[in-house]
Amino acid sequence: MSEQVMALNTLQPGHTREQELISGVQRGQHELFYELIRPYERRVYAAAFAILRNEHDAEDAAQEAMLKAFTNIAKFRAEARFSTWLIQITVNEALMRRRRERIVQMEAIDDRREEESDYAPRDFADWREIPSEALERKEVRQRLAEALATLDHKYREVFVLRDMEHLNIQETAEALGISVASVKTRLLRARLMLRDLLAAGWEQGWFSRLPFEKGSKPW
Amino acid sequence: MVNHEALKCEQVWREVSNYLDEEVEPGLRSAMDEHFRACPRCASVLAGTRNVARLYGDDRMLELPLGFSRRLEKRLAKDAGVKGRAWSSWSAWMVPIAAMALIVGGYKLTTAFTFRPPAKSILAVPSSNIPAGLKVVVSNGSRLFHAPGCPLIHDKESERSLTAKEAIDQGYAPCSRCLRQYLKAELRRRARSQAIEAADAAMPNQEDRGEDEAEELITARH
Repeated sequence: MSEQVMALNTLQPGHTREQELISGVQRGQHELFYELIRPYERRVYAAAFAILRNEHDAEDAAQEAMLKAFTNIAKFRAEARFSTWLIQITVNEALMRRRRERIVQMEAIDDRREEESDYAPRDFADWREIPSEALERKEVRQRLAEALATLDHKYREVFVLRDMEHLNIQETAEALGISVASVKTRLLRARLMLRDLLAAGWEQGWFSRLPFEKGSKPW
Repeated sequence: MVNHEALKCEQVWREVSNYLDEEVEPGLRSAMDEHFRACPRCASVLAGTRNVARLYGDDRMLELPLGFSRRLEKRLAKDAGVKGRAWSSWSAWMVPIAAMALIVGGYKLTTAFTFRPPAKSILAVPSSNIPAGLKVVVSNGSRLFHAPGCPLIHDKESERSLTAKEAIDQGYAPCSRCLRQYLKAELRRRARSQAIEAADAAMPNQEDRGEDEAEELITARH
């Protein structure tokens, strides 16, 4: 083993273990599949929920995606990231369900429209960084989830895949079958809209128990 | 093409997301940095956008419905025949085994330090009203201790004497007939309740029963 590979293994022990698990499942040790997918259960569910917006449908789609991943594990190639592959299967499954239910309407027209109009931020208050500890509070998580749920699906999907699932721009574009330029445009608008929504939430006291200085806003 | 020399706020807003993702070329980045230093409004836009990406990017924002993993496991087992992870490895067994060990250990510790033997009867609760040195008798096949000569002693052939404290320590309960004056009101209430339930089961059509009848049933059950 070269020094470079050894260094990589030292730095990314999880990655090596994941490869072992994938190989094991591919060789027939099916019970290892549970260990393989366990770290990604949340992400798979979140991706499905972002598209379907319904807990029951999202869970069903997530289960179906895991089943498909298991069935097709032999086709998985080591050069790809397993997480990205799994999320892509999930997104395909969820999008297929949504199309079946005729939720998507006139995507192409929407695309044109979004390129033509800019979204201007509304709130320009002084800001302060919101500490991550805020997320310990269920109320804060709930508020963030509610704000996300108000976004139109095309913004929400891109935002979830990019900022919550941590796919890169290219992977997000491939997963959703849209252009890189569309991903960037939608991501910008999603982030700015959420920023405005949460700034309004600040006015309503969502973060009132956080240790900010009096008179300052986090946004 | 963006004019880096004199960026307008609108141009900055259009690029703020790319700026966060490091998707802007170095010249534009420098121009935006300069703009942010000079423009508090755009600085607030950048800061808020950064807050959004950071907070939503936290794993705590990804919540699973309760029981999701278990249902997923069932589905995979049912539709793909994947053996459950819960029982597939020795490490998975360690959780229930450890839980059992904790329960058993806790029980042992509790009993070891309180000096209470396992109860033989629902009435086998020490009564502070019974004098510890009172001579009582017990016999085989019964969970009660009695005052000597009690007509309700079961299997008199096996009768043996001991103190009330010894009887209680061994898990015997006082006879509700011969030692009733010592019984706590609570014990008597529970006994009556049990007896009435038993009587209800045996004689469902008889609704009215006196306390004495209930007491009879208690002793008869023992």
